[in-house]
Amino acid sequence: MAEIELKTAPADFRFPTTNQTRHCFTRYVEFHRCLAAKGDGSAECERFAKYYRSLCPGEWVEKWNEQRENGTFPGPL
Amino acid sequence: MAIRISRRSKSYDARNNRFTSRYLFLPHSDFGFRITDLGSRFMAFPLSKNPIPQRIVHGTTIEILRTIFPSIILMFIAIPSFALLYSMDEVVVDPAITIKAIGHQWYRTYEYSDYNNFDEQSLTFDSYTIPEDDLELGQSSLLEADNRVVVPAKTHLRIIVTPTDVPHSWAVPSLGVKCDVVPGRLNQISISVQREGVYYGQCSEIYGTNHAFTPIVVEAVPSKDYGSRVSNQLIPQTTGEA
Repeated sequence: MAEIELKTAPADFRFPTTNQTRHCFTRYVEFHRCLAAKGDGSAECERFAKYYRSLCPGEWVEKWNEQRENGTFPGPL
Repeated sequence: MAIRISRRSKSYDARNNRFTSRYLFLPHSDFGFRITDLGSRFMAFPLSKNPIPQRIVHGTTIEILRTIFPSIILMFIAIPSFALLYSMDEVVVDPAITIKAIGHQWYRTYEYSDYNNFDEQSLTFDSYTIPEDDLELGQSSLLEADNRVVVPAKTHLRIIVTPTDVPHSWAVPSLGVKCDVVPGRLNQISISVQREGVYYGQCSEIYGTNHAFTPIVVEAVPSKDYGSRVSNQLIPQTTGEA
């Protein structure tokens, strides 16, 4: 079994406390704004994608994806 | 040139022909002497010698001072202690792994999503307690779970806890962890397990009838074995790993 490189979303100084809800939400919003700015499939945005996938529970991500498709996502996309 | 400062600990009260201590608050004064001193002060003012008691009821200046001054002292204590309290939770070293512990009634789901390439991929598994009838010899009742949280030892971890329904608490006392889990909120726990082994914990916030039957089992393995253990955990769902 080859060594997996252990990497995850780094500690963000904007969110120093125990409550990381905004951290997860901000990374998700940053990813989608990056996509909107740089186009789908851009490699630079993949970094934000990894961060929000590490931090956010799968259910939250699915719910937000649905909301985006319906146009009801409450964030500043 | 030397200056010698000497202080007597007792002074002579000529009126009553006795010695009085100048430092009554000293903890190492002669205890017997202090008891005698206290007793003699009591006996100095009997009703026969002192029939009219002194009435002291107010002292506005001293009352204001003795309220303001302790408040200022408390402020000097409280401000650094709040700063310390919040800085204790700050993460100073970037974690290597993020594990999400999602609480349901009455089991937990663990997600390891650091290696996803898509939103749907994730190493996810549920952890239920092993019922008493199914326990093997040597296992602890109400502490064993079917799937353990496998973590690498001596690695900085971030554990994100959240529930899907009701509040509960993720606690593993041997790792010094207890974190309340609140709906709609992601709480972060930053730990580094120093020794390999198995660590048990239990939910610490009541959440329904089976609250007592939802243990947490963390297994710390050597870092080099971590990859193989995690990929063996749930083979159909592991993708994107080397």
